[in-house]
Amino acid sequence: MVWQLFRHDAARQRKRIALTVLAIAWGTLSIVLLLSFGEGMKRSFHKNVRGMGSEGVAVLWPGATTRAHMGLPSGRAISFQDEDAALLGARIPEVAAISREYSRRVPVSVGQKTVNARVRGVDPAFGGMRNIIPQAGGRFLNELDLAEKRRVAVLGDELATDLFGSQDVVGKTVMINQSSFLVIGVMQPKVMMGMYSGPDKNQATIPATTFKSTYTDARVGNMVYQPVNFDLGDQAKAQIYRVLGRKYRFDPEDTRALGIWDTRENIRITGNIALGIQLFLGIIGALTLFVGGMGVANIMYAVVKERTREIGVKMALGAKVRQVMAPFVMEALLMTVAGGVLGTVVSLSLMGVIAVLPLKNEAFDFLGRPTFSPAIALATSAILGTVGLLAGFFPARRAASVNPAVSLRYE
Amino acid sequence: MSTDAAMIRMRGIRKAYEMGRVQVEALRGVDLDIGRNEYVAVVGPSGSGKSTLMNIIGCLDTPTAGEYVLSGEVVAGLDRNRLAEIRNKHIGFVFQNFNLLPYASALENVELPLLFAGIATRERRERAAEMLRRVDLADRMDHKPTELSGGQMQRVAIARALVNDPAIILADEPTGNLDSASGQGIVGLFRQLHEAGQTIVIITHDQAVARLASRVVQIRDGGIVEDRPAAA
Repeated sequence: MVWQLFRHDAARQRKRIALTVLAIAWGTLSIVLLLSFGEGMKRSFHKNVRGMGSEGVAVLWPGATTRAHMGLPSGRAISFQDEDAALLGARIPEVAAISREYSRRVPVSVGQKTVNARVRGVDPAFGGMRNIIPQAGGRFLNELDLAEKRRVAVLGDELATDLFGSQDVVGKTVMINQSSFLVIGVMQPKVMMGMYSGPDKNQATIPATTFKSTYTDARVGNMVYQPVNFDLGDQAKAQIYRVLGRKYRFDPEDTRALGIWDTRENIRITGNIALGIQLFLGIIGALTLFVGGMGVANIMYAVVKERTREIGVKMALGAKVRQVMAPFVMEALLMTVAGGVLGTVVSLSLMGVIAVLPLKNEAFDFLGRPTFSPAIALATSAILGTVGLLAGFFPARRAASVNPAVSLRYE
Repeated sequence: MSTDAAMIRMRGIRKAYEMGRVQVEALRGVDLDIGRNEYVAVVGPSGSGKSTLMNIIGCLDTPTAGEYVLSGEVVAGLDRNRLAEIRNKHIGFVFQNFNLLPYASALENVELPLLFAGIATRERRERAAEMLRRVDLADRMDHKPTELSGGQMQRVAIARALVNDPAIILADEPTGNLDSASGQGIVGLFRQLHEAGQTIVIITHDQAVARLASRVVQIRDGGIVEDRPAAA
């Protein structure tokens, strides 16, 4: 019966219904695309925020005291010693992994080609923590490299390209400050949303012990550590202040004595930003959809007016309020769902096209590609359903308020 | 014609409309009893209040004052849904302009009251088909109203009015839009229904139609001025 009514109205208002269904489709298209872009961006953020390091990683560097402690004045600079990383790792159970990091900018050359690059000396745990993952065929530093002070290096992908013109360079030799090093790995490309002392792709990484024996005056510039899990980050931080505070005699409450960059903050902030963007895009999409809903409501009002007499007849024959309203609500829902399905199909095929396009540039690396998710499907359906129900409900309520005695005389 | 068997019992029915600031009294105290199997014609000039009376009898409108009992049920202070139920159960409407749904077949039109009564599809089909056979439209069941003549449309409407086995058939100028031959047919059909025991109230200003009823109620200026058995 509803279907017949719909066909009847569709025949009479073909153009208007077509336009409205298109408006709903457009609204759906924009909401699905915007939400999917938001989702893609969120996932990309989520991935890229880990470009700096894996879950919960933090960077620790020496600062200066801001208060006097145990007879020592404020303003005293702290500096790390070679064995501090081992000390923290051994003393603090909340610290799962830790690495020292020496760093220096030196000439790195292959044949006649020389690049001034940052070279850092680290422990094996560094690679996993900082997501320096070797490409196939390579490896990161291991304990043996450190124990034997081997002259091996892992190159950043861009550095490898700059030096060799290729990234397939495992087994080749590179000169670091006039000493030859064997390349054992090249880092997989990654996007970093945060960094210190330059991007990883331009650096060479060698064993900490090798670094120290090459540059005997080198001091530990910073340490990188990872808590046992995300939630233990704060406890790990407090313990570090306590242990180092005792060793270097500063007040554990003196936060400026050590610098800590806790990437958990970034993850939190980035997550909130991504959520905010998605919400914003979703609201824009929803508004577009609501405009389409107005179109549906508008048509339904016209249909109600046109069918006033018919409504009166149905009432005279004993239709209850619900029975009068139902067809209008169903019809509005039908139109909305038709537009929604159309819009979803179009947006999914658009995304399919975007997914196979060979787009290779930084913007896409950063923003990600639109990604459809069950949550988006759910949100879109919910909004569509709401729009459809509202667009049907108000006109239907007007229909139900028709006075049968009057409407039977209505021409 | 005892009041025990009264289908309709009205006492002091008044109806006033607000027309801007002016209050128009369409009915000024109507007392009316209609018994089972009566065939009553309500006649009167336009503006006399007969349409208002029909709306109140048909529970399409509620009186401003007075008491109305329809088939044993007191019709007062009921909400829209309850009134709809009463119309569905007790009243079969027949309109001057048929008021069939244009996009539905004759059968579907006749099914409508049963649909609103919540009767299952199969039974609905059967009962509607039975009614159409009774008004001689067995071969027109799947026709749309536009494919039917005026007389046929009105017979579909009568089948629709009868399908719920109502206490009364309430017909508003049922022959007003028909040529005289079709009109004769419809009047004949009413005659048959009456003979079969149906209570019928017909509102008309056509004296020829009114004459065929067994009782004629004359309305003027919102009141009953004459109530007599038909001259026939």
